[in-house]
Amino acid sequence: MNEHEARQIRQTVDMVYRGESRRVLATLIRLLGDFQLAEEAMHDAFAAAVEQWQRVGVPANPRAWLVSAGRFKAIDSLRRRACFDASQAEIARQLEDENDAFMPDEDTAVEDDCLRLIFTCCHPALPPPAQVALTLREVCGLATEEVARAFLTTPSTVAQRIVRAKAKIRDARIPYQVPSRDELPMRMDSVLRVIYLVFNEGYSTPSSDISIRNDLSEEAIRLGRLLMTLLPEPEAMGLLALMLLHESRRAARATTTGELILLNDQDRALWNQERIIEGGALVERALATHRFGPYTLQAAIAAVHAEAPSAAETDWAQIVGLYDVLFRMEPSPVVELNRAVAVAMRDGLEAGLRLIDIILERGDLQDYHLAHAARADLCRQLGRQEEARVAYQRALCLAPQQQEQWFLERRLAELDEEPTLELKGRGVLSDQ
Amino acid sequence: MKYLCLVYSDEDTLHSLSDSPRDEECLAYAESVQRSGRMIAAEALHPVRTATTVRVRGGKTNITDGPFAETKEQLAGFYLVDARDLNEALQIAENIPAARVGSVEVRPVRELGL
Repeated sequence: MNEHEARQIRQTVDMVYRGESRRVLATLIRLLGDFQLAEEAMHDAFAAAVEQWQRVGVPANPRAWLVSAGRFKAIDSLRRRACFDASQAEIARQLEDENDAFMPDEDTAVEDDCLRLIFTCCHPALPPPAQVALTLREVCGLATEEVARAFLTTPSTVAQRIVRAKAKIRDARIPYQVPSRDELPMRMDSVLRVIYLVFNEGYSTPSSDISIRNDLSEEAIRLGRLLMTLLPEPEAMGLLALMLLHESRRAARATTTGELILLNDQDRALWNQERIIEGGALVERALATHRFGPYTLQAAIAAVHAEAPSAAETDWAQIVGLYDVLFRMEPSPVVELNRAVAVAMRDGLEAGLRLIDIILERGDLQDYHLAHAARADLCRQLGRQEEARVAYQRALCLAPQQQEQWFLERRLAELDEEPTLELKGRGVLSDQ
Repeated sequence: MKYLCLVYSDEDTLHSLSDSPRDEECLAYAESVQRSGRMIAAEALHPVRTATTVRVRGGKTNITDGPFAETKEQLAGFYLVDARDLNEALQIAENIPAARVGSVEVRPVRELGL
């Protein structure tokens, strides 16, 4: 084989790795019953592929070849360890006997393995940071260093979380399976939460390392797509739709210098129509099932915004209605606040302000910067400059992120510049 | 695999909340786990004021009144079950009537390294 052919084989193996390594891993975990052993076996299998495919050519079904090679590599390595630990020999024998259970050609079997991997990584018996780290590492194939950079922590912290999680999976015997019907809703929540957390980490938190954060959102969307393909539950559709609709506004949500632009002020020509169309269609599908939940409702609200040609032409009545349903499903003061802002747009600023004041007086969101920012915005538009100033200052004290602080400082400065009444319907909370 | 399901609750309210299980319900549940073939043992405990703690240090036995640690919730009882995996153990745990007013800690039993 000449140098050119050898390079081609290496490229093929690389390509198969990118496309299939997670599926190979998912199946190997099931066959070997151990995360660590499966991971080592997968790497051995790919190393063997580079060498053997050069001699005998690329097999017709590379994935099946890799699973089978990985399994034999694992049995070999257990045999070698058996020199030191007799129990390993027994495990190796068992693995050989279980050969029949394995049919790598069946796509449904492979899909089930991917789902098993997702549900195991997101098992509620694991601590949430470990669920996220494990999912990014095992399901998405991110390196430990990449996970660490994305979550502003050290690789050793991430590595330790993953090691502990794998130890718990092994010692407490967390099963490698798709939950049964009656367990599914609770377990699905856990998976959706992990995916949305990964997305928000990439979407909301500003970082000097923008590319990693964008990648993280893309990764979450990829995960959402995978989950929806494997398990088309309404809330899986809803979450994917919600992420697509948020992501569609990425180019419009900040200035080139990184300053936040609120939803109503964004240049809608910058919104990604392809994502809006895909997200909107998913919302429709999820709503049609009548089994939707909070993710679908939030996506539906995002879709109403996405489909409006301008802030003024937004169907605020529908948004208020959707918040009503969301509030019944998930009564939280944050939902109530968002509803109040929508009411301000539908019924007038004062109506919205009254509702916000009721929430604040109850004491629920006293420490939530967006509650004060929303109050400030409505006061400013009503020409109540002093009240607006106090509320902006309160929000500024509470705002956790640099970007939001800049934004509030700018608003405060504007108050001094233009004391006149402004009637344009500007500024509705964040762009969420 | 064996799991120990430790039932913790606030002793002062365990029997007096609207959701508190009565002994008949607890017994009925224990019997249903027994029938499923997964029960090894299950017992309810007297309150911690009846507890006595024993320590042996340097060959000397020290006996004190009270539980090992003062906690907000106390150990009220346990189930020792034989389950296929953690999911099955969690299912048994979530149906223990006292889980409605307390918490159930599920711990895999470790085989001694002999």
